[in-house]
Amino acid sequence: MNRRELLRSSGIVLGGFGLVPAIARAALSSPASSRRKTLVIVFQRGAADPLSILPPHGEPLYYSSRPAIAIPAPGKGDGAALSLDSTFGLHPALSALKPLWDRKALGAVISTGSADPTRSHFDAQDYMETGTPGRKSTEDGWLNRTLRALPREGRSPWRAVSLSDSTPRSLTGREPSVSLPRISTFRLSGAQGTDGTFESMYLSAAGTALGPAASETVDALALLRKENVLAIGPENGAAYPSSELGQRMRQIAQLVKSGIGVTVAATDCGGWDTHLGQGSSRGQLANRLEDLGNSLAAFATDLGERLADVATVVMTEFGRTVRENGTRGTDHGHGSVMLVLGGPVKGREVRGTFRGLHPANLYEGRDLPVTTDFRQVLSEILEAHLGIRDTTEIFPGYIRSGTSRTGIV
Amino acid sequence: MRRRPNTARAPFAPLVFLIALISGWSVASSPETSPSPAPGPLTLPKSTWTRERQALHLLNRAAFGPRKEDLAEVLGIGPSEWLARQLEPSRVPDSALEKRLREFPVLSYPASRMYEEFPRPEQLAAARGIKRDDPDARERLRELIPPEKRPREIDRQMTAQKLLRAAESKRQLQEVLTDFWFNHFNVSMEKSHTRWLAPSYERDAIRPHVFGRFRDLLGATARHPAMLFYLDNWMSTRDGLSRGDLLLAAAGEGYPRLLRRLEARKALETTEEAARSRLGLNENYARELLELHTLGADSGYSQQDVREVARCFTGWSMGRPRGGPSRLRDAEPGTFVFRAAAHDDGPKAVMGLAIPAGGGIQDGERILDFLARHPSTARHLAFKLAQKFISDAPPAPLVEHLASVYLETDGDLSRVYRALFSSPEFWAEEAWLAKTKTPLEFTVSAIRATGAATDGGPLLTKELVQMGQPLYRCQPPTGYKETADAWITPGALVSRMNFAVSLASGRLYGTELPARSRNEEPPGSLESEVDRLALQILGRPLAPATRAIAIEKLARNRAPSPGAPDGSSTETIIALILGSPDFQKQ
Repeated sequence: MNRRELLRSSGIVLGGFGLVPAIARAALSSPASSRRKTLVIVFQRGAADPLSILPPHGEPLYYSSRPAIAIPAPGKGDGAALSLDSTFGLHPALSALKPLWDRKALGAVISTGSADPTRSHFDAQDYMETGTPGRKSTEDGWLNRTLRALPREGRSPWRAVSLSDSTPRSLTGREPSVSLPRISTFRLSGAQGTDGTFESMYLSAAGTALGPAASETVDALALLRKENVLAIGPENGAAYPSSELGQRMRQIAQLVKSGIGVTVAATDCGGWDTHLGQGSSRGQLANRLEDLGNSLAAFATDLGERLADVATVVMTEFGRTVRENGTRGTDHGHGSVMLVLGGPVKGREVRGTFRGLHPANLYEGRDLPVTTDFRQVLSEILEAHLGIRDTTEIFPGYIRSGTSRTGIV
Repeated sequence: MRRRPNTARAPFAPLVFLIALISGWSVASSPETSPSPAPGPLTLPKSTWTRERQALHLLNRAAFGPRKEDLAEVLGIGPSEWLARQLEPSRVPDSALEKRLREFPVLSYPASRMYEEFPRPEQLAAARGIKRDDPDARERLRELIPPEKRPREIDRQMTAQKLLRAAESKRQLQEVLTDFWFNHFNVSMEKSHTRWLAPSYERDAIRPHVFGRFRDLLGATARHPAMLFYLDNWMSTRDGLSRGDLLLAAAGEGYPRLLRRLEARKALETTEEAARSRLGLNENYARELLELHTLGADSGYSQQDVREVARCFTGWSMGRPRGGPSRLRDAEPGTFVFRAAAHDDGPKAVMGLAIPAGGGIQDGERILDFLARHPSTARHLAFKLAQKFISDAPPAPLVEHLASVYLETDGDLSRVYRALFSSPEFWAEEAWLAKTKTPLEFTVSAIRATGAATDGGPLLTKELVQMGQPLYRCQPPTGYKETADAWITPGALVSRMNFAVSLASGRLYGTELPARSRNEEPPGSLESEVDRLALQILGRPLAPATRAIAIEKLARNRAPSPGAPDGSSTETIIALILGSPDFQKQ
């Protein structure tokens, strides 16, 4: 019996939402459901600068290419990078992530991206979210196809959720998902007399074209109320930034901790298109990174032990030029970086192939090349975390090669 | 007997026509491209439906839902005459709406003027000498651009005019079809320049051709900068062309200083730099042209064909706004330009069609001719139209019939619509309420059904975003889907119910129900009040189950305690009807 049938047969849906039979309560909080694995995707829209996230302080060309905006090498005073290894450091604004790095709960893959050469934000995001670089007409997103590859057993109406203004491309497709700017907006506005009426009407419409989605909706509403998700607060002293991203991560944690059945969650954050006045240890980009770092760190703290069940991937559409431009910023580049937090991550290591910054080793003489396809990283995570071995339907046309494994998980 | 014999015309029209199309065709083709005179009222199949039901069905599909005045009109003149007028919109006066549309100046600006009216922040910074690394640059730019000149204003006007037209135009079929064909040839305002070009795209490339020949519509979209930019064709050149050569060729004689500068620059170019500045083929437009705009997926073309088509369209480009990165001065910003220097002039072969060398701009036109007359295109378009107007899985014989009409009439869209609306399938029991409304249809039909007045403002637009259909912002070139599965998701359904409550309770600022329908004590019994409003809004009774649930709940809510608000008011009943499963169907 799946969750929905259980709800239905226990009369929760049709007869008010107050009384939950003990058997239903037990089933809903069984170990099986609490050990559910969750994949969270945080998309940095606008192309985040990989060489500021992981400044390659061991590479002299880094400093000559970026006289005004490089991050000082570790130990070089105020605002210096935090040392990760002999080549890479971590931007000081990401210091909240350093403890997670040190305990191997955070890892990175450098020089990642899409095989398609486009430098259009729009197209590159589209290609990444559909999982089909170079092909514009793919209708559904890779996260939606991921849902299709998972067992149908025990699915929750909340198994795919995005905290965003509209459904991201990655989640569009046949499998139902819930997209909302805030969880608190997912309720029926309490006008006099409509409470519960819509739910009953839509359940009665089962068997029409509205049927499946109608009951999904009613279940989603009922579950949200029953699990009292909105009342779940941050734990372990987690302090989320009040920013949009911080609050979205807080709500993803709420959903995960409620046991409501989230398998895939997506959200995004903007402000990464730093063409001018990018800043160095402080400034425009540093502010974005601080928000990202503090949001992710609070998320990890809040989840506590559950972090092992929740893998979070931070990705962006492409990187930025190695050399700073005439306006102390960087322009659209190619290869970038992916961060992986929690879940099965093998952290405390910068993985992938970094070829240095000599122009001869750069893409078109100016950008980090893509030495690891983003689909490679995602495929490894899908396998290790969600148990999906065959990703040919999720990334059609992409052939994983055994030798290019990053080992990030 | 309904199928017409296939003898009137061969699927491929005479050569004369082809020549006429090639030679006489220009981007600024006027709305009067419809080749055949109005053939008068349609001959509709005999129906067992009541006149009311026929009228409702027609307004559910060929309009954005029934509205009191339109319903009266269909009942008055009959579906056949109503359709005949709708198919020839110049016969339908629409002055009230036209007056309101004057509030939206973007509708009249030519594309080139859009950049002056709505300066791009980068452009303005350059013009005013604002250094981009100036920490106050953003603030200073904001001060320089008043709100009504900001790019966001383009979106506001475009979405508002679309909603207003959908809700209030008397030329309903024209609005339905403009929406349909824009979506078929989708571009997204999300992608930078497209925002400035979209108003002209809808006005000049789509709207004038929706009752004309498909070939004209196809040609207008192919040349429009919005499409050239959105699908990257503007930058597609013959392989190996260097940026310097393109600049030189495009600089033109009117700019001798620029020419000299470019030449000097080119002389200094190292071989490495030259290699880096090589331009080349971009296949995006070619691929979507075949897959989405014409033949349809899996209709027998190969990757090689895509490449060959792309070669035919090399050099089809656009003038870019000044102050941008381009130094090409051969065209006004936002207008079409053919750059012969960028065109691949070698011979090409597409799906067995040989395109000899040296065709220049005619290569692309020949491809469009070929595609517009291809049987796969006929089937693809017939399917999409049948899916739009009849059901998510339209009957195959009807699709075949429409495809044959398309081929017989050389892609005369009005003739295809006529065949569709006079088909027994359109009037069949299976088609009645078979479609689920898209968010746009749901929202606008609610406004029309309740007689609400709207300004098409931002709150309404936001509701559509929540339901998953941000206007003019469908990212992929596929456009929005027409089928129910794409729209009926938990998040979206909740948004629909909440929209119903907001509209009925007067909380949707900018969109208001007529005063009399709100906060009015139901005069009769609850049952009669529910039935009266259902008939007014849906034009039919609620489904028995919906009705029973509504009445039971409403009865329980009626004046729960003295002094408490009545939970069975007219407002509540309207909300329940608009949010009900019944109102999601059309």
